[in-house]
Amino acid sequence: MKKVELIGVSKSYDKKTEVISDITVSIEPGEFFVLVGPSGCGKSTMLRMIAGLEEITGGVLKIGDVESNWLPPSKRDISMVFQNYALYPHLTVEENIVFGLHVKKVPKPERKKRCEDVAEMLGLTPYLKRKPRELSGGQRQRVALARAIVNQAPICLMDEPLSNLDAKLRAHMRSEIRQIQRRLGITMIYVTHDQVEAMTMGDRIMILHDGKIQQIGQPIDIYNNPANPFVATFIGSPPMNIGEGKVGSAKNEIVFSEEAKIAVPEKDWPLLKSDTIIIGVRPEHLKAATKETKAEDKVYVKTTNVEVLGNETIFSFDMGGREWMAKWTGQWRIDVGDMVPIVINYDSLCLFDSETEKIIKTPSDIENHVFDKEVFI
Amino acid sequence: MMMSTPKKILFYILLVISAFLVFFPVMYAFMISFMSGGEILQGKFFPESIHFDNYVKVFDRLPLMNYLINSFVVSFGVMLGQLVVCSLAAYAFVFIPFKGRDFIFFLFISTMMIPWEATMIPNFFTIQKLDWMNTYQGLTVPFFALAFGTFLLRQHFKTIPKELHEAAEVAGLGKFAFFWRVILPVSKTSLVTLGAYGFLTTWNMYLWPLLVTSTDQVRTVQIGLKQLQSQEVATEWGVVMAGVIVVIIPTLLLLFAGQRQLQKGLTQGALK
Ligand SMILES: Nc1ncnc2c1ncn2[C@@H]1O[C@H](COP(=O)(O)OP(=O)(O)OP(=O)(O)O)[C@@H](O)[C@H]1O
Ligand SMILES: [Mg+2]
Repeated sequence: MKKVELIGVSKSYDKKTEVISDITVSIEPGEFFVLVGPSGCGKSTMLRMIAGLEEITGGVLKIGDVESNWLPPSKRDISMVFQNYALYPHLTVEENIVFGLHVKKVPKPERKKRCEDVAEMLGLTPYLKRKPRELSGGQRQRVALARAIVNQAPICLMDEPLSNLDAKLRAHMRSEIRQIQRRLGITMIYVTHDQVEAMTMGDRIMILHDGKIQQIGQPIDIYNNPANPFVATFIGSPPMNIGEGKVGSAKNEIVFSEEAKIAVPEKDWPLLKSDTIIIGVRPEHLKAATKETKAEDKVYVKTTNVEVLGNETIFSFDMGGREWMAKWTGQWRIDVGDMVPIVINYDSLCLFDSETEKIIKTPSDIENHVFDKEVFI
Repeated sequence: MMMSTPKKILFYILLVISAFLVFFPVMYAFMISFMSGGEILQGKFFPESIHFDNYVKVFDRLPLMNYLINSFVVSFGVMLGQLVVCSLAAYAFVFIPFKGRDFIFFLFISTMMIPWEATMIPNFFTIQKLDWMNTYQGLTVPFFALAFGTFLLRQHFKTIPKELHEAAEVAGLGKFAFFWRVILPVSKTSLVTLGAYGFLTTWNMYLWPLLVTSTDQVRTVQIGLKQLQSQEVATEWGVVMAGVIVVIIPTLLLLFAGQRQLQKGLTQGALK
């Protein structure tokens, strides 16, 4: 268990453009910290800087309260899973797994035991005597994982370690990694571009975009309270619907198409300072209109695509030139082209400032989805 | 490759003809080595009977065994020396970043354009000053640094993913341990190629051993063959060819052994 701290860390490959800029974050001992972001945002670069494989061009990196900018990788107490596995092609799976232990001069019986344990855990026992080239992509990836886990280093860095596994195995590995991390108390820094992995595994998530921090926080907080439209659309599936809204001249309603206007309660009028505003609403917060719904609250939308996924129905429609989606539980018999009446509730809206893109209002009616343990009798 | 039958036949005929053309001198030498002087002068191709007189004579006339051992020691020494020097140099050029690395590499490579013969005189003086005449080190050491070998290995080392290096760094493997335990095993193919090349070129070397040897003690087999020719007024070609065949055998053996290794290495393929 060790703390990892980044203070104003930045990285530039060509001394002109920064691929990572001003990252300040403190990763607690034993924490499962997930780095997530779209392809090319600098996740691997950041991980490699922590590992000492890439020079830090600005700022300070502290590992366990010791400034470590110039420490060689082997002195940083880390183990690492590489994005492209980096298995030694001339060694068998077993030799690959114990390679690091061999270097650290762990006694042979202990090596063997640890290797067998981890192989068992990751389902690699039948392949121990094979060479990496005789394995499938997913199996290689598991060998790479095993090699990192077997070290029991206090800090573990993983770069998209599950990207090549099928859905079922991936779900299994997620919980396996999580359990190992808890049991050994490893400080884990985990890179992924899969928001499901980020949401389910992380104690905290950091969302990166173009090398800049968008938001750091617990998965649920980020989901409920996204800092900006980028985060809102990145976390959650299907993504949050985003639209441009005009603020009505009386500053008491938001207009985002002829037929869709939303009245703003009086207490929130001070929020509507500028003429335009960015609104966001999660697909599951768009409700079907019922008989009791007042006519002026109904919005008729024309469906462009319908997907029925067993117990939920997702349909898309056009709203002010953007594709929006709604997610309703149950199997709804909706056809493409149908006019569907929906309700956009003001309480479930997110509002973002149109200039700074900062959030100014979070959904306030989400309590009907949050259950405390008191619910159980 | 799929080919129609007539095309295939044509191909094979062409191949056989060219193989015959290339192999003819060796075949002829092989035949002559069994002939007596009279038969050779008659210009026959096949000997009347197989007898080993010429082989007995060649071992009688020269300390051929001695020469063979010398050749073997020298060739093997040069091969090992080249492998060690070239692989270490290539390692430095690929895995150790230092200022002016590319420049030094190209300087290094450009020595390939200087013919070996041009450096012969200065090398000879060096060896003489070191008092290495008629020694194994005089025969081997000048050939250790081989630009071509460094180039070959560097190209191969460059194909090794850099993550392998990084994984070793994270695991705490030292520079030399990485070289020894990862780089060399992974590059077996290139090392075998370079080894075979080094061995064969040294085995066939003539001019340098001629210069630096003046006694039978460390003289190599190629010089021995030349001695056979000039010792008598009328050269006994049968004996010379017997010598040639004896000299070729180790080369062929090495080629066969090397080829098996090479093929194995090549079919192992992808690094990942
Ligand atoms: N060695 C390098 N030299 C110059 N630019 C680089 C280098 N390595 C990465 N980059 C650039 O830095 C940026 C971040 O790269 P990085 O590999 O960290 O992305 P990533 O977030 O890991 O993406 P992915 O999810 O696709 O793996 C990219 O724009 C990339 O082009
Ligand atoms: Mg990456």
